[in-house]
Amino acid sequence: MTDNKMKAYWKENVKYLFILLSIWFLVSFVFGILLVDQLNVIKIGGFKLGFWFAQQGSIYFFVVLIFVYVRLMNRLDKKYGVDE
Amino acid sequence: MGILTWTWILVGITFSLYIGIAIWARAGTSKDFYVAGGGVPPLMNGMATAADWMSAASFISLAGIVSFTGYDGSVYLMGWTGGYVLLALMLAPYLRKFGKFTVPDFIGDRYYSNKARIVAVLAALIVSFTYVAGQMRGVGIVFSRYLEVDINTGVYIGMAIVLFYAVLGGMKGITYTQVAQYCVLIFAFMVPAIFISFQMTGNPVPQLGFGSAGHDGVYLLDKLDGLQTELGFSEYTAGSKSMVDICAITLALMVGTAGLPHVIVRFFTVPKVRDARISAGWALLFIAILYTTVPAVAVFARTNLIETVSNIPYSELPDWFSNWEKTGLISFEDKNMDGTIQYLAEASRNELTIDRDIMVLANPEIAHLPNWVVALVGAGGLAAALSTAAGLLLVIASSISHDLLKRVFRPQISEKGELMAARGSAFVAVLVAGYFGINPPGFVAAVVALAFGLAAASFFPAILLGIFDKRMNKEGAISGMVVGLGLMTFYMMKFKLGWLGAIPPKEEWWFGISPEGFGSVAMIANFVVSITVSRFTLAPPVDVQDMVEDIRIPSGAGAAQGH
Repeated sequence: MTDNKMKAYWKENVKYLFILLSIWFLVSFVFGILLVDQLNVIKIGGFKLGFWFAQQGSIYFFVVLIFVYVRLMNRLDKKYGVDE
Repeated sequence: MGILTWTWILVGITFSLYIGIAIWARAGTSKDFYVAGGGVPPLMNGMATAADWMSAASFISLAGIVSFTGYDGSVYLMGWTGGYVLLALMLAPYLRKFGKFTVPDFIGDRYYSNKARIVAVLAALIVSFTYVAGQMRGVGIVFSRYLEVDINTGVYIGMAIVLFYAVLGGMKGITYTQVAQYCVLIFAFMVPAIFISFQMTGNPVPQLGFGSAGHDGVYLLDKLDGLQTELGFSEYTAGSKSMVDICAITLALMVGTAGLPHVIVRFFTVPKVRDARISAGWALLFIAILYTTVPAVAVFARTNLIETVSNIPYSELPDWFSNWEKTGLISFEDKNMDGTIQYLAEASRNELTIDRDIMVLANPEIAHLPNWVVALVGAGGLAAALSTAAGLLLVIASSISHDLLKRVFRPQISEKGELMAARGSAFVAVLVAGYFGINPPGFVAAVVALAFGLAAASFFPAILLGIFDKRMNKEGAISGMVVGLGLMTFYMMKFKLGWLGAIPPKEEWWFGISPEGFGSVAMIANFVVSITVSRFTLAPPVDVQDMVEDIRIPSGAGAAQGH
């Protein structure tokens, strides 16, 4: 693999990480902790929304994030011919 | 059939299963012993990681902790799951590509230094030993509660079982028993949760049930908030910890999880880089099944408990109360002599003392579930404790036989000699863990929670920078790890263990952050020191820079390499 191609692959990879980790931060630290009181005003069924993010929602998002990452990376690997 | 008979039957069946698997999955080579031959299918690795990760504390204590702390308990729920995102995205695939056996392997090779390797070995040993002592104790406690044997006898039985499959099978034996243990523990946790959710809300899915209304038409969480306030506790869905501390603890637990050697090493066991990515996804999915059920169980148990005992005459209490009174986990002291239980936040008038573990252990009895369900919880608790203990023991054994003996002191040791040494160190590690299980040093319980802080302060930055910062050199990494570990240890000794004079009050915490959350601060210090020092010292040699380029590209991982 050439140097330029390698750099481009790595750059796209880091971009994915940046986006996915921003969502990771948003659903846990922002929704579950920093904005919990504001979100708790909203209720879905018996759940206050902030409380739900802290004890349920963030965990669902975490699982989905990893599977999305796997898909994105498998596609990226193919694009650059570094898949196995 | 009684609970005791059922427990013996279920424990007997599950233990025979573990031993059977151990005999089938014997380790033939040192590679089998360290990384299960590098051929574990990703789905199985996910299950094994989940069992490895979820300890007796997750299974028995976590729901109780959340039950008594409400919203504040979220730090554990988010902290112990969110770390897998970091692990999957930033560490696991690259470490798999690196393709050796242990975490100190990576640190030692990436930082071209045996000093760095030895610092990493020490950190791995400290983290793993503090953690494993708690597991062996957990095995003893479950045995004593369910099978009515002495706690120490329970520890001996647990030691014998772990000894058998860890020494014989190494990582290979451990992996396949952990798959079985995951199935046992998740079944044991979910069955009572589903029963109770259905009973209380008519919805069999606990994750939805605790957001539904009870039979009186009132939302369960609203009812619980009301009950809590009535008794003088803070509202269940609101917390009492400060926001900055909640953030710090959550971050420390997340980063600590991603830096725990016994979790990381599991990703060395799969064939390819893409398998490492997906198995992190499976692992978190399997963990999430339990972790999203925990807050539901916490709410059911708390509501049930308050409604069953609060302001009820002692003579009218159900049978389970006296059963668990005998174990000392719950006790009633009639302070105002009215024969009725007053359960209140105010300590001087409160008459009920409850151990948080009872929330999971006695929950099936409180909800009148059949005896076999009660017994199942015991078998599940044992599976959780044994699987975690085995994973930790393997890290300890390979740190000694591989990282110290093979890589530092006796590089010329033969393959057969190394395998023997690995078995020998696993054997000694089981004995030491058993010793701590029987004579738990007073500080163990306090330190287990802080093992995460230590892992966050040492491993995580060193590994992350090793992958993402090509310019990072040994001077930077070593000084970062030493500063991180030192700072964390100092804070722990000052504010948690009280080894440096009396424990100062909360008001003196730095930045208002508790010892549990201080790992975040120590981690940041590690990052700052590493980066600063590395920029003022020589760049790493060209072959190390090439290695960093190489681990960033997934193709050509091959099997985990020996040396």
